[in-house]
Parts: sequence; C-alpha cells; structure tokens
Amino acid sequence: MSAGFPHRHLLGIEPLEPSHIETILDTAQGLREVLDRPIKKVPALRGKTVVNLFYEASTRTRSSFEIAEKVLSADSLSIATGTSSVQKGETLLDTAKNLEAMNPDMIVMRHGSSGAPHFLARHCRSAIVNAGDGAHEHPTQALLDALTLRQKKGRLKGLKVAIVGDILHSRVARSNVWLLTKMGAKVVLSAPPTLMSPGLEALAPTTYSIDEAVEGADAIMMLRIQLERMGGGYVPSLREYHRRFGLTEERVKRAQKDVIIMHPGPMNRGVEIASEVADGPYSVILDQVTNGVAVRMAVLLLLLGGAQEAQS
Amino acid sequence: MTTRMPPGFRERQELMDKSRLARTLSRMAHEILEREPEVARTVLVGVRTRGVPLARRLAALMAEASGVGPVVGALDITLYRDDLTTVGPQPVIKGTDIPCSIDGRTVVLVDDVLYTGRTVRAALDELIDFGRPARIELAVLVDRGHRELPIRADFVGRTLTTTRQEMVQVELAEEDGVDQVVLLERAPVPRPRAAPSPPRVAKRRRLPKRRPKANLKAASRNRQRTRRGTR
Repeated sequence: MSAGFPHRHLLGIEPLEPSHIETILDTAQGLREVLDRPIKKVPALRGKTVVNLFYEASTRTRSSFEIAEKVLSADSLSIATGTSSVQKGETLLDTAKNLEAMNPDMIVMRHGSSGAPHFLARHCRSAIVNAGDGAHEHPTQALLDALTLRQKKGRLKGLKVAIVGDILHSRVARSNVWLLTKMGAKVVLSAPPTLMSPGLEALAPTTYSIDEAVEGADAIMMLRIQLERMGGGYVPSLREYHRRFGLTEERVKRAQKDVIIMHPGPMNRGVEIASEVADGPYSVILDQVTNGVAVRMAVLLLLLGGAQEAQS
Repeated sequence: MTTRMPPGFRERQELMDKSRLARTLSRMAHEILEREPEVARTVLVGVRTRGVPLARRLAALMAEASGVGPVVGALDITLYRDDLTTVGPQPVIKGTDIPCSIDGRTVVLVDDVLYTGRTVRAALDELIDFGRPARIELAVLVDRGHRELPIRADFVGRTLTTTRQEMVQVELAEEDGVDQVVLLERAPVPRPRAAPSPPRVAKRRRLPKRRPKANLKAASRNRQRTRRGTR
C-alpha cells in the first residue's frame, strides 16, 4: 500500500524520505497512461485552482505544469512576471499575498533567488511547489529524471550516474545528487574547476575529467552551460569547453553499452552536447519531457488530492 | 482466517471457500455467455484491485466453455472517485489498461463487492471517456446491499444481507495468496479498566480459548436463522 506523502509543499528533494520519493515515482508511473488516452482528461482535481508564478523564463517546466493541471481538471492561470505588476515594483510577498486573496489551492513558483518558495510557504496558506529556485533545487526535474532512469534501467539502486557540466549554477544537479544518493545510486560529478560547487563535493565524488566520469556509466546527465548566469569568465571559450567537457560520440563509447544520455534542456548543441549524441539512439531527452508531465501530475495529485494527514 | 484484517475488525463468518468460489465464478461465466454469445465482441473490464483477477478468471472460464475468450482490461477508478479530495490517505495509482477500442462493443464491468455503488458510478464515467460501448453490464462476486445510487448488477455471485458495521472481504490467490470470501464485523472497543491491567501478552494468549471456534459458528448460524425468520 501507499507509503503516503505527508507533505503540504514540495520545496525540494533534500527534506524527502526515500519512501516519499518512491510514492511520487509510483504515482507518476500510474498516471503516465492517462496521457495516451483518447480523452486526456480526468476529473481528479476538479474545482482546484493552481497559480503558476514564473519569475524566470521557462518553456518546458511551465508548459509541463500547465498540461498536468489541465489533464487533472484543475483550473490554472500562469503569470509571467514580465507582463505583470512585478514590473511596477511589487515585492514578492505582496504579489503572493494578493494572489492568495483570490484563494488558490496551490502556487507553482520559479524564482531566481534560492529559498524564495520557502519564504512563500512560510507566509501563504496555499500549497507551494518549487519549480526551480536560483541555484538551489529543481525537485520536479530530479523526479522526472529518476522516473526516466527507472523506466529504462528498471531500478535506481546501484546505477552509476555521471552528472557533467555547469554544476556550480545548476539546481538540477543539486536536486539530482540528493535524489540519486538517497535512492542508492552512485553519482559522479564532473565539471571544470571554475564550475564545480564546493558544497556538492561533500555529497558525491567529483572529477575534473569528463572521460573519467563517464567511464562505465549507466547514465550520463549533461547540464546546460548557463550563459545567462555567466557574468565573469568561468570558461575561456565555448569551443574550448566543448573540447574539454562536451559529450561526443567518442566519449559515449567509454560508458556502458546500454548507457542512456539525459539533458534537462534547453540544450546548447555543439557546446555541452554534440548534435549526434543528442539525436542518438541512446538519447532519452524527449522521454524526459513526457515523464515531466506525469511527474508533475503526481505532485499535484499528492499535494491537492486526499486529505492532509501530516503537515510539514 | 483472513489474510488482511483491517484494524478494528474481527472475523465473523466464512462466506465462500475455494471450491464454492470456483463454482460461483463458473456459473457467472456461463450466465455472461448466455447473455453475450458474441464473446469476441465482449470486453471484460476489472475494477482494480480485485476486479482484475476476477475478470481474468471469468474470461478464462468463458474461453474454456466457448472456445473464444473475451478481451480483458483493467480500470483504475481513483482519479474519478467522488471523495478523492476529501478522504485520505491516497491509494496508489496503478493506471487503467484497456487494450482495445470499446466503441460498439459490450463491456462487462467486473468487481468483487457491490456496496454503495459509488465505485461503479466512477467506473461508468471513466469507461465513457474511453469510447461509446454498445452496452455496459455489471458483474459482481458479492452484492451486499446498501446502495446510495440507482445502480444494480446484471450478474451476481451471491447476494447477502449485511449491516453497515460489517465488511465483506474477498481474497484471491493472485492478490492475497488464498481464495475465500469472509464477513468481518467491527470488534467491540475494549472498556478502559480502573485497575492496572495485567501484562498484555498473557491476555492475548487466553483470548482464543475464551471464544472457541465452534461457538462462533453457532452464534452466526443463530444470527442468520433469526434474520431469515424476520424476512
């Protein structure tokens, strides 16, 4: 039976128990089939209102949340801060308080500052889902990566997963390291010294050589070079980055024969990942996108459906 | 004995053993065949969890008797429940699997126990989202009464008179390792004692001796007799 999901918000992977992660993944796996139905809509969350509050650009995450909300029959509205009162200088708390006065059941939020959703969770009655906060966490991305891994490999425990690229700025890397280590996978991090995160070195072995990291790997997760967060020259040039840290077909050969290649998107083709690899037979990048909808449906359902037993 | 005793309940009576269950299913399979001679155009859809193995068994029995087996599907009605956002905890979602189009076919919904009818209401809503069947029929192993919606079954294994305090539990080898149907009743809440109670272990050991099995059976027989008398 269900181990249950005793949380009111989903703010990150770090506070979750392995059994809670298992519950989300099992629920997502069960919901995956709804997306293939002739009528892709179930009445589970009828009458629930969800606000998608995005302070940062996003295509995949936002559309994926929107589709998940629509499939579950929740009413949703998306606020892109570029065209909202945020431009007139409204603070985060004021925006949230005003939205809350309209009584939504959930706020899905992406923000450039780490901890912004936690701040909201302290001040709002609605359930808060973190859709990415600064360089901190992106829990639903890690969950959809785990679901994809579990579908392709049948398990998470004991898998060797290489996470390569801009670790320093990556909330995806942070959430994934927490999730995969909690579930018993072996994670190796690889980045140039300038893009390695000192905090994560405590959680997983690190190497400055991509060749070493992908050796014998069951899965390789490539991270995007976050050009928008690159104020001060972390890498000499993109071409050099590709030569030293880009995933090429040559490098894929060092991994297991049945390796899968993952990327959270959006990809910089020819920088962190070669086009042949991104479109290769071992690439599961588009499966990740489909699983993203299933995982977000599971999160919505677990937080909004069912009576809340424990509050956290 | 039941393999999964819900908290606060105790066993009252065995309603069906393995062979009786098998005979009942065999009869139901023949009744379905009698009404639906076009087996290949029929879809048996089991309601998760225990409706699914029941649908598979009925399909196998129909195939044995007619040479052709119906298509078997599974329905997870969790997302269509009318109490999804009010009761907890959440059941695990295992997904719906209907392997063919149901347009123009006869669908036989299969479930273990028919009680309030709310599960069947949800199942009907979900089925209709998959297509437009020619007809939907309902087969249940046990009909225990207390309907809250205008729903009735077309094929019934056994009709029972129950009280709302009781619970009919169907156990199947595929899910529970054993084939049986048992009637459970709410166990009386133990009265708080003034004096400090003796060690619990000793108390538990004495319990079965105080209530020998033969007495239990006799009690339930008496109970049924009185009930029959009043109807």
